[in-house]
Amino acid sequence: MPDSPDAGSPEPTVVDRKAEAVAALASVPRVPGAPKPDPILIADNVVRRFGGLTAVDVDHVEIQRGAITALIGPNGAGKTTFFNLLTGFDQPDTGSWLFEGQNLAGMPAFRVARLGMVRTFQLTKALSRMKVIENMRLGSTDQAGEKLRTALFPFAWRAQEKEITARADELLTRFNLDAKREDFAGSLSGGQRKLLEMARALMSRPQMVMLDEPMAGVNPALTQSLLQHIKDLRQQGMTVLFVEHDMDMVRDISDWVIVMAQGKVIAEGPPDDVMRDPAVIVAYLGGHHDKALTASGVSFTEENEA
Amino acid sequence: MDWSFIISTTLLAAFGIEAIVFGLAAIGLNLQFGYTGLLNFGQSAFLAVAAYSLAVLVSQMGFSFWVGILVGIIAAILLALLLGIPTLRLRADYLAIVTIAAAEIVRLLLRSVTFKEWFGGSDGINDFSRGFYELNPFPIGRYTLGPVSLSQDQLLIIVVGWTLVGLALLVTWLLVRSPWGRVLKGIREDEDAVRSLGKNVYLYKMQALIIGGVLGCLGGFVYALGRQAVNPDFFGTDSTFFAYAILILGGAARVFGPVLGAIIFWALIQGSDVILRSLIDAGVPVFSLMTASQAAVIRFILVGAGLMILMIYRPQGILGDRKELALDAR
Ligand SMILES: Nc1ncnc2c1ncn2[C@@H]1O[C@H](COP(=O)(O)OP(=O)(O)OP(=O)(O)O)[C@@H](O)[C@H]1O
Ligand SMILES: [Mg+2]
Repeated sequence: MPDSPDAGSPEPTVVDRKAEAVAALASVPRVPGAPKPDPILIADNVVRRFGGLTAVDVDHVEIQRGAITALIGPNGAGKTTFFNLLTGFDQPDTGSWLFEGQNLAGMPAFRVARLGMVRTFQLTKALSRMKVIENMRLGSTDQAGEKLRTALFPFAWRAQEKEITARADELLTRFNLDAKREDFAGSLSGGQRKLLEMARALMSRPQMVMLDEPMAGVNPALTQSLLQHIKDLRQQGMTVLFVEHDMDMVRDISDWVIVMAQGKVIAEGPPDDVMRDPAVIVAYLGGHHDKALTASGVSFTEENEA
Repeated sequence: MDWSFIISTTLLAAFGIEAIVFGLAAIGLNLQFGYTGLLNFGQSAFLAVAAYSLAVLVSQMGFSFWVGILVGIIAAILLALLLGIPTLRLRADYLAIVTIAAAEIVRLLLRSVTFKEWFGGSDGINDFSRGFYELNPFPIGRYTLGPVSLSQDQLLIIVVGWTLVGLALLVTWLLVRSPWGRVLKGIREDEDAVRSLGKNVYLYKMQALIIGGVLGCLGGFVYALGRQAVNPDFFGTDSTFFAYAILILGGAARVFGPVLGAIIFWALIQGSDVILRSLIDAGVPVFSLMTASQAAVIRFILVGAGLMILMIYRPQGILGDRKELALDAR
């Protein structure tokens, strides 16, 4: 990991990671399954069927290290299913994928997370009857006190607990949740839960974070800070893959966009290119609307909010 | 009415063998259900394998008391593994189905004619506790504690029993305030979230099932030694549901919940019984219409009604936190 994810605010930048990511991706061909100069994740031939429905059928896709990649596509395109497969929450019918060169196919979800690939959920999973700070502490990996044989002896884990708590408090402050520290997570609002889930995932010091609709249901003011948090992750050297329906946000923060429709990757490229791609417009709006919209370029945000 | 008899009977129930046995069973359930969310509906089987291991090893095979205890604990661990390995990867309800069925299988095997030679059929076994009472440091005599009078053997089992309860509470308390206990609570809330944070949920559930089973099985020993007999029909599903009632009454996911619940539950059950009987004996008008055996049933109706009222006005149990429970609705 180039930088520790909890290193202080990265505002005065030494290296501009956005520029780096954009430069690295500049020469990548705008075709589905395009090879990346430095992929952290490579998936091949990943297929998941639910009965007769093929939810995911990805031939080949690569995710660039250190970049923010958006995964977009209409409802039911298979984005969440693809996330579930990659992170071990669901098993594919066929397929393999490498994370940092290691094959993750068939690996249980908790091992995937320990390797540094953590995810959040489209339907937020706050641990309701636990305090916010306890939610955060739970996120930290490699805790001595989580082993049964040391749990009974507080002196064996107290020091680490302190260190974890300090890190948790720092993240809570960064995500504007410090005032909620002692509240039950179940008493948080929907947007605050999204923030908590993201902060909690960061407690494990991941290399790659996969966010499933982190902005859904979050009010516009909070959205801005969430977007900033996601940019911060890139600045700290993490790779971000996120699902989002709001095209303005996708355009704002992503370095690269992958478009899925009916389980397949149908387009890839920088945000502006992708949004002009006729195949994408067809996928989103159906075949009848393309004439009207291709002319004006794309703004299908409204459709998605419908 | 003989108030001193009513009070001493009630006190003996509140702090006697029943309260200890069910207190321990509920402490085990608390770790499994209260903290981890595991629906173990076969707690009585954990008590049964422990009690019968002790009884069979000592009485039928001539082993010492301590060997019986050791084998009983191992049997409880094996039972937890047997129940947990196939079910803990599945949805929560599978464990419930498997445990309730397994407990009935255990009980039916213990009372079966086929194994009568070993387990004593429906009569059970009753000559195994001498080894335990030979260790009694209390001199022979009667011991008077307030209105209650105990023999040295009764005193021994109550002292040992409450010591075990104390130890079980200490272990629970240490565990649930540790990061290990935090993982359990996380699993209770949402196991996929915990998985996404890199915890081996299956392993934690298994550990909780085993530890809860072992804590509960101590209740089986206390039952066997306190009664100086084991009988298969004690280990039916009612016992498991008494333990659940006790846990919910006292407050699930509270360290002291099960013990407080056990004390109150048995005080109510026995207290209402002796009061009803005294009223009948005293020829009090309405009550004299009842027979003693009807009274024994009516007390369960009364206690059941009491539990319903408690659940309506205090669903979190006596020690529970209402705020915490209300969060579930969201
Ligand atoms: N467990 C399941 N059983 C059956 N079908 C499923 C299951 N999960 C997903 N599907 C189907 O797979 C397809 C892809 O679903 P998925 O949730 O991956 O879509 P998505 O791209 O995340 O959509 P959205 O943007 O609405 O979240 C859908 O048609 C859905 O009905
Ligand atoms: Mg989805």
